[in-house]
Amino acid sequence: MVNAIRNTLTNARKGFWATWQQLSLPIVALIICLPLIVVGVSFFIGLAGEEQRATLAHLFDNVIGEYVRHSVALMVGVGLLVLVMGVTAAWLTTACEFPGVKWLRWALLLPLAMPAYITAYTYSGMLSFEGPVQSGLRAITGWQLGDYYFPEIRSLTGAILVMGFVLFPYVYLITRAAFIEQSRAAIEAGRTLGLGPWASFYRVALPMARPAIATGVTLALMETLADYGTVHFYGVTTFTTGIFRTWYGMADKVGALQLASLLLSAVVILMVVERISRKQSRYHHAGRAQQGSRPMRLKGFKAFIAFTACFLPVLFGFLLPALQLLVWSYDRLDTWLDPNFWTLIGNSLTLAALAAFITVIFALWLCYGKRVAGKRTIAGNGATIAKITRGSVAFASLGYAIPGVVIAVGVLVPLTWLDHRIIGFSESVFGVNPGLIFSGTIIALLFAYLVRFLSISIQTVDSGLSQISNAMDESGRILGLKSREVLTRIHFPLLRTSLLTAGILVFVDVLKELPATLVLRPFNFNTLAVRAYEMAGDERLADAGPSALMIVLAGLIPVILLSRAMNRRQQQEARALDPRPGEIYEPVKA
Amino acid sequence: MSLLKLSGVEVGYGRNTIVDNVTFALNEGEIGCLLGPSGCGKTTLLRAIAGFEPVSAGRIELGDQLVSSPAQQLPPEKRGVGMVFQDFALFPHLTVFENVAFGIRNQPSDEQRKRVNQLLAHVGLAGYGPRYPHQLSGGQQQRIALARALAPKPRLLLLDEPFSSLDAELRESLATEVRNLLKEEGITALLVTHDQQEAFALADRAGVMYHGRLLQWDTPYGLYHEPKHHLVADFIGVGVLMHGQITDDLKVQTALGLLVGDDVPRGTEGEAVDVLIRPDDIVIDDSAERRARIIARGFRGSHFLYTAELGDGSHVLCMASSHHEYAVGQDVGLRLNLDHLVLFPAGYCDT
Repeated sequence: MVNAIRNTLTNARKGFWATWQQLSLPIVALIICLPLIVVGVSFFIGLAGEEQRATLAHLFDNVIGEYVRHSVALMVGVGLLVLVMGVTAAWLTTACEFPGVKWLRWALLLPLAMPAYITAYTYSGMLSFEGPVQSGLRAITGWQLGDYYFPEIRSLTGAILVMGFVLFPYVYLITRAAFIEQSRAAIEAGRTLGLGPWASFYRVALPMARPAIATGVTLALMETLADYGTVHFYGVTTFTTGIFRTWYGMADKVGALQLASLLLSAVVILMVVERISRKQSRYHHAGRAQQGSRPMRLKGFKAFIAFTACFLPVLFGFLLPALQLLVWSYDRLDTWLDPNFWTLIGNSLTLAALAAFITVIFALWLCYGKRVAGKRTIAGNGATIAKITRGSVAFASLGYAIPGVVIAVGVLVPLTWLDHRIIGFSESVFGVNPGLIFSGTIIALLFAYLVRFLSISIQTVDSGLSQISNAMDESGRILGLKSREVLTRIHFPLLRTSLLTAGILVFVDVLKELPATLVLRPFNFNTLAVRAYEMAGDERLADAGPSALMIVLAGLIPVILLSRAMNRRQQQEARALDPRPGEIYEPVKA
Repeated sequence: MSLLKLSGVEVGYGRNTIVDNVTFALNEGEIGCLLGPSGCGKTTLLRAIAGFEPVSAGRIELGDQLVSSPAQQLPPEKRGVGMVFQDFALFPHLTVFENVAFGIRNQPSDEQRKRVNQLLAHVGLAGYGPRYPHQLSGGQQQRIALARALAPKPRLLLLDEPFSSLDAELRESLATEVRNLLKEEGITALLVTHDQQEAFALADRAGVMYHGRLLQWDTPYGLYHEPKHHLVADFIGVGVLMHGQITDDLKVQTALGLLVGDDVPRGTEGEAVDVLIRPDDIVIDDSAERRARIIARGFRGSHFLYTAELGDGSHVLCMASSHHEYAVGQDVGLRLNLDHLVLFPAGYCDT
């Protein structure tokens, strides 16, 4: 009797916890999507009043045409550049063997460590009138100012080149993974059906990688749309610079929100394209990639061409800008002794660490909710709950595509509203003004980072969690573990690396993030990225050096992680290709 | 006339020889089969014939053309060889129609259409042209892969473990279907598998490979009943090797008693040999004098496979219909039903 009651109570309690956890997921997702909803809805609110309609009409008449023209030009230019560089590099490093290819395979990831705005500063420095290139040219030729034409890097073309060299690794990485996953058999089937080695690339390997290539290009384009630092510095007016100008320059919140909503809709189109191509790529696996194909060995001139095609993107995307940063940092050695600089580093690290921690916790919460709901579906009930949970996780992951400026505006508007309500309430009840609790502190920043970077940690945690099969949980239980012990003794040890990776990725992204930080940072609170931006804005490029260098150094961490993951895969391939001696061949005792 | 001829073929990566001195020939219109455990080099050999692996010694000839030798190697696309891959390797970005038409893309489009439709009808998938590979079941993908390989009318069709990713039931029916199709089209084909049932169902000639060597190239019947190597006997079918001693009148003395056969060569009197005893060579017969004790049994549906221990402790396998059930530990009589003797030089006995 007592036992029965106890059982019922335990069951009820368990049910309560599980239900509560699952109910919390849509709420969490809703909170995380709140900035997007605010921005999305604001467009329609903008249509409501006479005055708002006038603002919108004004924007359309005067600036939007230009923003659209520039944004489209940027996207076409950057899209073509990343496509050509990324796919070429991916194919050459996968299908060919030439001197230096091992080094290039990971070196091609290095540009990922450079935020576009920092690369933009370095090129501006290198190619300016006083910069090493023009000075050298003058020294050689004896020309003076005005004697020669030199292309202006701070232009639309310059922005396209900079972003192309920084963003092509997205295409390289994803396309290369697709090439590696393609089964050798598909290419060989092409050969037996009459294709030569190059034709089999154009007719089989490339079309099969099409969805992956599309995914990579769309990701690069999302970054292009999100960019603020580069276009601002190079004087290219786009939606992001427009939002800033409208918000700060004209103090026109409604206009800024409307611009943000237009930018958001462009991003949504890209997201749809990306989703579709990801879905397609699921079908684009011809069988298992149990063995990698034998790379073609290139020699002589062909090897030189291949090397150059892969090396130039590394040179322009990483080596030259990094060299310039080192030179500047060396010029400004005193900066490193400046306590203010260390405060800056402290601010950045604290902010990044806090954001990483919060983001990983949220990712864990969401991913576990999804896992539990998935299990329940198997048990036969709760298919709807599972659907809602999956949907919630998907919604909470939307932020990765949304430009930081849009998120910042979307965060600031509701938080300011909330703060003013709190102030009003507090003053009327307690007679005290508590100040801007949310919008005036780093809480707003952390919220924005959570929205923007949650998807990174969800992806990492989810893939870690998917390595742990339900059968592992169940064998743990059968071997006598309590359900809590399953977490501590099976899940945690297995998830540790994923959690760490997720944390590091967010940490570094927060360090690099510029536009949202600019908008949301509390008064007089500076970070490395903001400092670099301010110094560059004052034409004190060399002073931006040390801060920028710190950001790039941190940016190298995820590159190293990525290249290690790639290496592991490569080794598995090699093992599959080269049969272990002895296993295959032993002399027959005849 | 032989369409495919391999002489002394060797394939190796670095120091490892994976295919070692393989020689065999396949006649026009025949279906050949390379059998062997995984890692024996059979797939590598197939890939060498297709032109994906260079040979380090020997020659491969197709018709009267030398296609592979250490000195020269014709690229795969010039060999006129079709191939069906283990995981089918259909192009996921093309429809079924486009996949099948891939090898004949240079022909006029109405001829392409005719050929593709004919092949789709042939493999029982007429009307599937507009679908994509991922919309098909495994068996259907298999048929499309076959149709695609057949479309350019290859001189030789290679099949690499073509049924291994299908479930057992489908495997059997499809194997028969494929054999009929190949015979109808008059295709010469070479198949690689580790499944002897598949080899028996499909092949006119088959060979067993072990550690890179082709041990025997024969009819499936020959491989089963007249294995030339103890490893062939071991791989094909079940059975045990027993110690034996050839007597002066060319009989073989074993723990089962004196075995009489017509194929003990002269001049071997007194030699020690191993004798292959298959389960179908022994019948359980309670009235027989030769006694043995059942020590294990396995239920195989239509029959039981018993392991029996003889007086000297050696084991034999024997089959009995599942209507006749014997318990483990029970004493039974064994009657021999040997029509010929398979003898190997002594030294490989299991017991």
